Amino acid sequence: MQATSGRSARPERPLSPHIQIYYPLINMVMSIVHRITGAALYIGSLLLAWWLIAAATGPDYYNYVVSWFATWPGKLILLGYTWALMHHMLGGIRHLIWDTGLGFDLKTIDILSWGSLAGSLVLTVLIWFCALNLGGI
Amino acid sequence: MVLMRTPLKIARQLGSAKEGTDHFWKQRVTAVANVFLGLFLVWLIASLVGADYTTVKLKLSNPLIALALLGLIVSGTLHMRLGMQAIIEDYVHSEGLKITALMLNTFFAAFIALASIFSILKLSFGA
Repeated sequence: MQATSGRSARPERPLSPHIQIYYPLINMVMSIVHRITGAALYIGSLLLAWWLIAAATGPDYYNYVVSWFATWPGKLILLGYTWALMHHMLGGIRHLIWDTGLGFDLKTIDILSWGSLAGSLVLTVLIWFCALNLGGI
Repeated sequence: MVLMRTPLKIARQLGSAKEGTDHFWKQRVTAVANVFLGLFLVWLIASLVGADYTTVKLKLSNPLIALALLGLIVSGTLHMRLGMQAIIEDYVHSEGLKITALMLNTFFAAFIALASIFSILKLSFGA
């Protein structure tokens, strides 16, 4: 065998299978969604900062910012933000449970994964119902 | 097997990146804090839907609410910086672009933190 610097042509080594090889399983999909919601919340932190800056600026600017949140696209974004926060929170709790080494049998994995999806939807509906109907709690 | 690491190296448990489990652990600590502080934020915003400016200002300048908000901002921005760092390190392979993205990530998290903290303090102490 000829000696090489190792920097030119690399040998064609087999690659390990990646996500496109597997059927989507719920824990895998929830893991991907956990990362996506995390990135969404990252961008969405601008909304929280904007709201706080508006409150610190004065009544005129605050009302202007809130009027943006009150539009249909604004409400849709806030609804998505609520869901992303709840999903990321429940997904995070699931990962904290797994960090302890518990809950790794297949049945529990499915329950925790479907549970975080169902729980995030239920909590989002509950939060918006309370916010819109029980104002001032 | 011959162990190549010195006893001090083993005792420190910091590995080749010199940070040990620092990233992992900070992500967990802020995650636990965010569960409580995030639920607090949801309650705070839900309770202020449709409220006029005077009510909002009064509520945000309440010391307990301001403290919880400051906690959320600190814990939240640390957590999101670590999370985005992991995303960048996973997907950005070009060294120059990666360093730039990691730096911008820190700047963004710092901007969110400083702008929010300044606003909360202004609401609490400002005229």
